[in-house]
Amino acid sequence: MSMRTLPLVFINLGGEMLYILDQRLQTQNTADDNTQKVMNDIIATMFSKAFMEELLKPQDLYSNRALRTVLTRLAHASIMRLNPASMDRLYELMVMAFKYQLLLCPRPRDLLIISYNHIDAIREFVRDTPSVLNQVDETHRKIIEVYTPLSDGEFQLLRQTLLIFLQDMHVRVSLFLKDKVQNPNGRFALSTTGPVPHGTEVPGLIRMFSSNGKEWKRWEFPTGGSYTSSIRVGSFERFGDRVTRIGTNMYSVTQPEETHTSKSYSQKANSEPNPLAKEELNLLARLLGGMKVQNRNTETGFRVNLFATDQEEEEAGASGANGDQSFQVINIQATQDVQVNTELARIAGEFTGEPEQTESPEGPSNKGDDLLAMMDELIEL
Amino acid sequence: MYHKEKSIQMKSSASALYNNLSVLRIAPRSLTYFTVVHANMVNMVSASWDGLNYSHRQLQSKEANVATSSSLIMQAAWCVLPSRDILVLTSQKGIQMYESDGSIMVYWHALDTPETQTAQAVFARGIAAVREKYICVGISSGSMLVFDVPIKGSNITLSEVLEEHKESITDLASECSGSLECIADMVSADDSGNLCVWKSGEDFQLLNKIPGFDMSCSSVKLWKGTVVAGYGTGQIRLYEAVTGIVHAEVNAHARWIYSLDIAPFSGLLLSAAEDSLVRVWHLTMTPETNSVEVTSQTIPGRNLTTPRTHRQTLTASLPLSPSRSCTCITSV
Repeated sequence: MSMRTLPLVFINLGGEMLYILDQRLQTQNTADDNTQKVMNDIIATMFSKAFMEELLKPQDLYSNRALRTVLTRLAHASIMRLNPASMDRLYELMVMAFKYQLLLCPRPRDLLIISYNHIDAIREFVRDTPSVLNQVDETHRKIIEVYTPLSDGEFQLLRQTLLIFLQDMHVRVSLFLKDKVQNPNGRFALSTTGPVPHGTEVPGLIRMFSSNGKEWKRWEFPTGGSYTSSIRVGSFERFGDRVTRIGTNMYSVTQPEETHTSKSYSQKANSEPNPLAKEELNLLARLLGGMKVQNRNTETGFRVNLFATDQEEEEAGASGANGDQSFQVINIQATQDVQVNTELARIAGEFTGEPEQTESPEGPSNKGDDLLAMMDELIEL
Repeated sequence: MYHKEKSIQMKSSASALYNNLSVLRIAPRSLTYFTVVHANMVNMVSASWDGLNYSHRQLQSKEANVATSSSLIMQAAWCVLPSRDILVLTSQKGIQMYESDGSIMVYWHALDTPETQTAQAVFARGIAAVREKYICVGISSGSMLVFDVPIKGSNITLSEVLEEHKESITDLASECSGSLECIADMVSADDSGNLCVWKSGEDFQLLNKIPGFDMSCSSVKLWKGTVVAGYGTGQIRLYEAVTGIVHAEVNAHARWIYSLDIAPFSGLLLSAAEDSLVRVWHLTMTPETNSVEVTSQTIPGRNLTTPRTHRQTLTASLPLSPSRSCTCITSV
């Protein structure tokens, strides 16, 4: 399907991730310095030139597994740490929010506005760090350049590709349930009121024309909804009033408990062996290789909990793994006969720019293990 | 005018694709087949008319050298020809054709994929059976493939490639009224809203080109020489096929129309859109013009998007909905 999904996927999912992390960091009373550092590190990684260039290449959407891996890596691009249970919940929240935004999108082209809302917020997060701000601006320029010429049909194809990718995710999000936009079974409820999208007429009119083009009759029919005419279009430029609130931070005005999720059905994770695993690994290798290695402090960093208490997080971690083994990505396990291609070995080598560089230069060292473990998981599954 | 029948549960949800539900009624066996696309699979259910027996089957998309394919399917539709019914699946990789119950694949056509990845997506979409022996399939490049189908067997051949559209094909439709007097046999629609009207034969002939207004036409039907087209703006327009004269314009939906269907004998038209509503219209043909009257019934659903008809039956499916069910509405 669409070959242009990845940049928008990462901007929107990454944006949602930042909203959630920001909210959790505030709730946990994290020091301002640390919060700012986490945000800067993640945003700098996400909007790095290499990363974005890789995403902008025309390619199919990644598999769920691959996408999840890269997003997990992104979340750990700073000193912040997340337990598997918290990472699971973070991913669910991000994805369900994006799915909701996709469904609500008035016109397929408005997916760009939603993306720009995310970029605007990200710009705000790093407004005091000129170097990162520059990267965000540069990326925004590139996105405008690449996506503005696409037709409505191409945007719809892009949107359909994403909806199909997300169609089996039905995690309930307490914020959505509370606002009644999500039903208890996890499906979203669409409204039949409100303004129609720009370019659409309010339903209700039938017009008949004669063969010379003159209208000879018109009548109205009951619509079963209450629609109003469209409002003005948001700005597709780098700056401007986006008009719609879809894609803005919905956590900024909510209570801390609103980052609750629960699965409504046991979700069948796609556990079929992926025949394109090798291709994906190569893609991942290039992508992760493009991520700037952050200067990791020698301190162990601090943990962020997506749950209300540590105990909840533990319980979630213990019980939440049903059917989702494919998502336990942060397992450090002994690598056995891993077939590491040269690219991966090189990347693993890059990550070992730490004091413990005493291992042999050929094999991967401790720090590269988790990266390889991820690859390992991908090969096995 | 019509009534709602029992709902049928599909095995998994329907994907967000145009024209996603296809129906085949098999009168001799009192069965109806339904297909709905789910990502790289097609869910098929065969339902007995007494509502007592349901049997499910799944078909996978195919790739040339791979056992299991993750290639996404764009559309599945039955092509009803005088001598046989063929189930056609179109995907990112190619076109598969099966015997009507989905048991045997009789033909596989691989799409040309460029060596290096381009930004242009490659897929097949838009399926129609035309006259006695043709099956036409649209391609993302705007071309249309015309296949010649023998009375039986798998000796299906590519007869012609029609190059008229410049944008991706969205839907194809053949004249469904059963009338042999109609000059136009097929209409094709694309992503910029352009419509082409064709006459079939050894060489297909372009009868007319109806310009779009840069708004994607996602679903199209041809009935008694009238083109019924559904657009991304939520509008439905009726044109006289060979002249392109606009008969009617309906501000039907508040969102993108995903599917249209017509019950040929009663002239009932069903439209379904992303606004989660299904609307039923009545088309009446007067000698010179077509008039469109709307029935008083709107069927609210949770995102109904893909109706299909076969003879008198109008059907709508509910993708992304809680019940994953297929609603069959039979017109009386």
